Amino acid sequence: MSATITSTTRPAPSAPLQAVRSRSHGANVLRRLLRNPVAMTAATIILLLILVAIFAPWIMPADPFATSMFKRLRPVGTPGYPLGTDELGRDLLSRLMLGGRLSLFMGIAPVIMAFVIGSALGILAGYAGGKVNTVIMRCIDVLYAFPSVLLAIALSGALGAGITNALISLTVVFVPQIARIAESVTTQVRRSDYVDAARASGAPALTIVRRHVFGNVIGPIFVYATSLISVSMILASGLSFLGLGVKPPQPEWGLMLNTLRTAIYSQPLIAALPGVLIFVTSVSFNMLADGLRTAMEVKQ
Amino acid sequence: MISYLLRRIGYALPIMLGVSFLCFMLVHIAPGDPLVSILPADASVDLQQQMMKLYGFDRPWPVQFAQWIWRALHGDLGTSIATARPVTQEVFKAVGNTFMLAALATLIGFAFGSLFGFVAGYFRNSWMDRAASFISVIGVSLPHYWLGMVLVIIFSAKLMWLPATGAGPDGSGLWKWDAEHVKYLILPAVTMSFIPMGIVARTVRALVADILSQEFVIGLRARGLGDFGVFKHVVKNCAPTALAVMGLQLGYLLGGSILIETVFSWPGTGFLLNQAIFQRDLPLLQGTILVLALFFVGLNLIVDVLQTLFDPRIERA
Repeated sequence: MSATITSTTRPAPSAPLQAVRSRSHGANVLRRLLRNPVAMTAATIILLLILVAIFAPWIMPADPFATSMFKRLRPVGTPGYPLGTDELGRDLLSRLMLGGRLSLFMGIAPVIMAFVIGSALGILAGYAGGKVNTVIMRCIDVLYAFPSVLLAIALSGALGAGITNALISLTVVFVPQIARIAESVTTQVRRSDYVDAARASGAPALTIVRRHVFGNVIGPIFVYATSLISVSMILASGLSFLGLGVKPPQPEWGLMLNTLRTAIYSQPLIAALPGVLIFVTSVSFNMLADGLRTAMEVKQ
Repeated sequence: MISYLLRRIGYALPIMLGVSFLCFMLVHIAPGDPLVSILPADASVDLQQQMMKLYGFDRPWPVQFAQWIWRALHGDLGTSIATARPVTQEVFKAVGNTFMLAALATLIGFAFGSLFGFVAGYFRNSWMDRAASFISVIGVSLPHYWLGMVLVIIFSAKLMWLPATGAGPDGSGLWKWDAEHVKYLILPAVTMSFIPMGIVARTVRALVADILSQEFVIGLRARGLGDFGVFKHVVKNCAPTALAVMGLQLGYLLGGSILIETVFSWPGTGFLLNQAIFQRDLPLLQGTILVLALFFVGLNLIVDVLQTLFDPRIERA
């Protein structure tokens, strides 16, 4: 039903007078997204980075853990080391490829976990209202009252270094942000006529949430969550940069950036390379999230 | 107005209490015995007993929290393990440096952000809009610690124009407003300014576009007001929101300066946090975070109140 409304009220601009075949909402979004060159470029870059990270062990030119005291900090373009070597003589290209695994994982996983937890809390608070809402949202407000970098560092600093602790801290940073959006969208939907109608016809709360609320709120929450991945990438690498995330000798872009700091005078290009990848990934996720927002016609 | 003010403060107080509670809990979520984590490794049994009593670890946690809050209200945030000096003293020594850096970065970011935002909002969908929007996306997607490194590579290592790290030629961390010291401030402030720049540019662009599409602008033009006259109205209309964003950004930068301060070895709160983390100095970590977080909540409150004062159109629920 809703799909018919979408396509008849918003016919494709190229064919305003033709009868428009009804498409599903998902197909419409995908079609608009595919027509957005910026979002598609971003998506391609992200896909490429993910593929390289997944297949890194098979396509790496050298062993990313093999150190050599004689081949430290070779410049970019050294035969056998296309992107040079790091401060311990390890092949930089191989380390960047394998490092993508942890960097991307640490950037994306907290947002996914926060998306699940935050949506659940927000929808519960928004739909239940009253005291439940007050209790949940006041707790969320406290977490929200911290600047995100500070909260991530406070938790990671207290819990100690390590991948699991960094993931926990980042998830806690993003849960309140997502829960706030989820709560406000759910509150709006709960006040709509069709939810009233469903309640009047005796549908149990869980059924209403599943059939009427969930589908209407999950889109905007999802769009918001995707826009957080870019921030999460920067924060996750930042934690590793401070020594709070991934531990050496595991390759990770933020950690590599930290250990290569000693090379900024001798091999500046090599020292800056891991940051280029963090930057490119972050920009791409930002552009893709922007495209997704436009395609799903979410106003924020 | 008065009732709004009271309600707004009434809302901020429980938040502050919650924030304090979270900071209090930091010592307890740390792995291991909280007593061990706040004591130096070579602590005597005597000192252990003393700290146990002082912190009340033998009592239930609500009592501990009350004691902790009580002492914090009196300016006692415990003793740093690494330096054996009071945490309050350490934090307040560093806060000034961070504030100076964050305030300058906010000003630079606000100036450029508004410029880009105005250009983009005025010439919507032109190449200038796309360029300005692109710059603002870059601003929010940049890993700023990396930008700091790149700027050090360019301006310190290659061109040798500016010092790479520290806050003054003598390395004492004491600040003076002279040319020698200001040189040390430039790179970290510029690096930091990219964060608010992107966000301010986005906000101002949306505001300007929204204001220009309103009917009163057509009215102004119909009455023969020139471009500059209209521009003044646009500025007046977007100033409260833009300034509010600026205030919040200052708060974010104060709390989020750790990465940039680490890159530049800037002797502020971020550097202090960094030290606290590496020396497992939990009282110092806890105290610094508490001060920064409460500052952020307070700043939010001030921004909200000022915004209502400046812009009476904003009706607060």
